[in-house]
Amino acid sequence: MATPLHPLSPARPWRARIAIAGLAGTLIILLLPLGAGFLGTVLPAFGILPAIGTGEVGLTPWRDLAASPGFATSLRLTLVTGLASTALAFALTVGFFASHRQLLGGRLAEALLAPLLASPHSAIAVGLAFLLAPSGWLARLVSPWPSGWTVPPDLVTIHDPWGIALTIGLVVKETPFLVLVTLAALNQVDAPSILRTGAALGYRRRSAWLKLVLPLIYPQIRLPIYIVLAFSLSVVDMALVLGPGNPPTLAVAAVRWFNAPDVTRYPMAAAAALLVLVVVMAAIGFWRVVEMGLARAGRRWIATGRRWHPAIELGEVLATGVFAALALGIAALASMVVWSFAWRWPFPHRLPVEWTVALWTQQASSLTGPLINTIGLALATTAMSLAVAIAAFEILENHSFALPAVVRAAALPLLLPQVAFQFGAQVLLVGLHLDGDLIGVCWLQMAFVLPYVLLALADPWRALDGRYARSAAALGASQVRILLAIKLPILLRPLLIAGAIGFAVSVAQYLPTLFAGGGRIATLTTEAVTRSSGGDRRVVGLLVTLQAALPMLIYGAALVIPKVLYANRRGMAGAA
Amino acid sequence: MRRHWLAAALVVLGSSLPARADEPWRDTLAKARGQTVYWNAWGGDERTNAFITWVGGEVRARYGITVQDVKLSDTAEAVTRIIAEKTAGRDKDGSVDLVWINGPNFLAMKQQDLLHPPFAGRLPSMRFVDTINKPSTMVDFTLPTEGMESPWRMAQFVFNYDSARIADVPRSMQGLAAWASKHPGRFTHPDVQDFLGVTFLKQALVELAPEPALLQRPATDATFAAATEPLWAWYDGLKPHLWHGGTDFPASGPAERALLNDGEIDLSVSFDPAEAAGSIEAGLLPATVRTSALQNGSIGNTSFVAIPFNAPHPEAAMVVADFLLEPSTQAHAQDIRVLGSFTVLDLAKLSPEQRQIFTALPTNPALPTNAELGPVLLEPHPSWMTRITEEWRRRYTH
Repeated sequence: MATPLHPLSPARPWRARIAIAGLAGTLIILLLPLGAGFLGTVLPAFGILPAIGTGEVGLTPWRDLAASPGFATSLRLTLVTGLASTALAFALTVGFFASHRQLLGGRLAEALLAPLLASPHSAIAVGLAFLLAPSGWLARLVSPWPSGWTVPPDLVTIHDPWGIALTIGLVVKETPFLVLVTLAALNQVDAPSILRTGAALGYRRRSAWLKLVLPLIYPQIRLPIYIVLAFSLSVVDMALVLGPGNPPTLAVAAVRWFNAPDVTRYPMAAAAALLVLVVVMAAIGFWRVVEMGLARAGRRWIATGRRWHPAIELGEVLATGVFAALALGIAALASMVVWSFAWRWPFPHRLPVEWTVALWTQQASSLTGPLINTIGLALATTAMSLAVAIAAFEILENHSFALPAVVRAAALPLLLPQVAFQFGAQVLLVGLHLDGDLIGVCWLQMAFVLPYVLLALADPWRALDGRYARSAAALGASQVRILLAIKLPILLRPLLIAGAIGFAVSVAQYLPTLFAGGGRIATLTTEAVTRSSGGDRRVVGLLVTLQAALPMLIYGAALVIPKVLYANRRGMAGAA
Repeated sequence: MRRHWLAAALVVLGSSLPARADEPWRDTLAKARGQTVYWNAWGGDERTNAFITWVGGEVRARYGITVQDVKLSDTAEAVTRIIAEKTAGRDKDGSVDLVWINGPNFLAMKQQDLLHPPFAGRLPSMRFVDTINKPSTMVDFTLPTEGMESPWRMAQFVFNYDSARIADVPRSMQGLAAWASKHPGRFTHPDVQDFLGVTFLKQALVELAPEPALLQRPATDATFAAATEPLWAWYDGLKPHLWHGGTDFPASGPAERALLNDGEIDLSVSFDPAEAAGSIEAGLLPATVRTSALQNGSIGNTSFVAIPFNAPHPEAAMVVADFLLEPSTQAHAQDIRVLGSFTVLDLAKLSPEQRQIFTALPTNPALPTNAELGPVLLEPHPSWMTRITEEWRRRYTH
C-alpha cells in the first residue's frame, strides 16, 4: 500500500515540485559522466579525435575493426560466452527453485551465497584460475595419485579458445545473484499456497513451480537477468583472467587497443567499445524475443494440462549444478586464502610445503593506502546512495507511477558496457580537474552503486505498511519525524542490506576506479587486477582475501546489527 | 651504423654535461623539496614495487620529496592518460610526474610531443653512466634519447630453466626449435602483446635475419618481408611444440615465471638475468632454477624514466631520476635480494669506495656472470616491434 486513500499531509505542490526537480537534477548529475563518456567514445569511433590529429570523419575505424585479425572469432566468443553463461545461470536458478523446498531457505542461503555475492568478480576469477589450471588445486587433489601426474598435464583448461572457463566463471558469480533476486521476488507471492493448490490438482512440485510460480515472478527478475546479460557480454576483469587471449572477447580487445602504445589504434578501440554496446542491446532484444516465444509455448503447455514432461527431470541436475557452482566459487576463494599464507606451494602438493605470515607483514604498509581508499570510497558512495534512495522514495511515494520509472532509469548504467564510456568520462573529469581525485572516483562509482541500492530498497519500501505512517501523522508527527522515527527504524534491516550491497559494488569497481582515478587512486581491486598480471600468486591471494573479507564483514554487520538493536522486539529483528 | 649513433650520443652528452653541483641543480633541489612525485610504473613485479617504495623512503629523508607509486598494468595506460589530458587542454598540472618507459612508448610520447624538454644532461650522476659499453643507455631502440629520458636499469634476454628436470638447455633460437620438438609442451613465450613476448620474436629475428644491419633502420614493407621470412618459417616449426600447442600464451613475463614455478613448463624466457636468482630468494621459483644465456649474444636494452610535458613537479621528478643513478642506489638495485638489475653505470668512472659496494654484493648459483651473459645485441627500430606484433596476429590469430 504505497498510496494512502486520503493523504494526510496537506498537498503543497510547489514543495513537491522543487523536491522532484532536485531529485531529477541529482540523477542527471550522476549520469553526466556516462553521457560525456558515451560522446567521447562515439566521436573517435567515427574518426574524430583531434588530440592525435585524426580529424577525418568516416567509417575507417569500423573498417579497421572488421579487418583486424580474429575479429569474427572475438565477436562469436563474446556472444557465446555472454548468452550461454546467462542462460545457464538462469536455468540453474529455475531448476533449483523448482526442485527444492526449504533446503536453502533463510539462514543457510545467506551463509552460502554471501561470500560469492560479496566478492568482486576479479577475486572469484583469480581463485577459479588457480582451481581449474592444469597445475591448479583440482589437478593437485588427484596428483600424483590417482592421475599419475608428476608434472602438470599439457591440457588447456583456463584461457581455452572456446571460452568455457570464462563461462564457468560467469555462472559461478552470476547464479548466486539470480538466486538472491529470485528469493526476493518469491517474497512477493505466496508460493507455498500456490504450490499446494497445484499439488491438489495432481501437479508434481516441479511442474507446478514452472507453470504457476515462474510466470508470476519472472517480470520481477527480468531486469536483473538483463543486467547479468549486459555484464557478461562486456566484462573485462574476469575475461582477462579466465578468457582466451588470442583473440580475446571484444571488450578486452577494446581495452587492449585503448592501451596500445600506438595511439592511432584509438579510433578502432572506440569502435570496438561501441560495438560491445550494440552487441549488448541486440542480445537483450534477442533474449526478449526468445522470452516471448517461450511464454507462448509455455501457455500452450500449461493449457494442455499435462502433469509431467520429460524435461522436468532435468530439474534435479540443474539444482545440483547450483551447488556445484557455489562449491566452485567458495573453493576458489578458499584457495586464495591458503595462498596468502604460503611461502612455497609447488605442484603436486595439495597444501603449501612452507607456510608464512611474511606476506601479510611485508605488504601491510603498502596496502594501507589502498585499503583506506577502498573503505572510504565504499562508505561515501554507499552513504550518498542511501541518502538519494531514501529521498527518492520519500518524494515519489505519492507518485506511484514515477517510482518504477526512476528505479529503471537509474538502472540504465548497469545495462551499458563500462568500456563504452571509459575514455570520454576520463576526458570530462580531466577537464573539471577531478581526475585522480577521490571526488571524481566517487562520482563515477555512484553511477553503479546507486542503481543497486535503489533496486535493493524498492521492494521493502513498497511493502512498508502505510498505516504506521498514517497513525503517526494522525498524532501530529511531521513528515521528517515520521521518516526518522517510524519508517527508517522499521526498514533498518533492508537499509543495512542495501548498504552492504552498495558497499560490495563499490569495492568491486575496476574500470571506473582505474579511469577516474587516473591510476592515482589505488584500491584493493585495482591492485588485485594489476598484480594478477604479475607472477606472485601469494600477493594476489592476500589481496583477494581482503577484497572478499571486507564486504563480507559489512554483510555480517548488516545481518547482526538489527538483531542486537531489536533483541527485545521480535517483529523487527527478523526478516523484513 | 655503430659510429652513427655513437656520434649522436656524444653530441647529446657533450652539449649538456653538467658542471659538478652547479647553481641550477641547487635551485632544482630547493624547488623539489616538499613536492610529490607521481611515479607511474608497471606494477606487475613485486620486487620492483618494493624497490620503488624504498626509493620513496630514501628521497623523503634526503630531499624532502614524497614518491607516490602509481602501479600500471600496462605502461601505455600512462600514455593514454596523458593523451586524455592533452585532449582536455591540460597543458600543465598533469597527473604524471615520472614514468618508467622505453622503446615504443618512448617513441609514441616523442612523436606526440608529450615529453618534457631534455633534462637528463642536467642530472649530476649522469656522468657515471656507461655510454660506451652500454650504448643502449643513450639510444633507446635506435632512437637517440636526446636527454628526454634517463636510464636506471639494464635488461638482457636470457632463458631460465629448471635444472632438476632438464640439462640440455638450448643455446640459440635454432637450438630452441629442436629442443621444443624433443620436449613438446614444455616451453612457451609470453603473449606478443607483452614486451617480453615480442622481444622473444625479435631475438629470433636478430639471429635469423639475412641482413641484421637493416633492423637498425625503420622497417619498410620490402625490408620487413625479406628480413622476417626466415623468422616465420622457424616459428611455424616451433609453434606446434609450444605449451598448450601454441593456442594460448601467458600474459606477461611474470605470468610465464609462474608457469615455470608451477611446473607447467621447464624452460622460460626472461629479460632480467638476475630474475631467477632473485625469485629463488623470494620463494617464487624452485631453488633448482638456473639462468642460461645465448651463445652468440642476446638483445639487451635499458629501462628509462621520462617526465611528461605537463608534469606538475618536474624538479622533484629530476631529483628522483638523479637519485636512481647515484652509485649507492645502483648498487642497492643490483643486490639480488632487492632487484638484481644490472647497473647502467661504468664502474671505472666510480671512486674505489663506490666500486667496493658493487664488488661486495652477494651472489647466487642462479646468477650468471657478465662473461657468461655474452655480448649485448642492439634492439631493432621500434617499427619492427610494431610490425612483428601485427604480423604475428595476422598469421596466428583466427
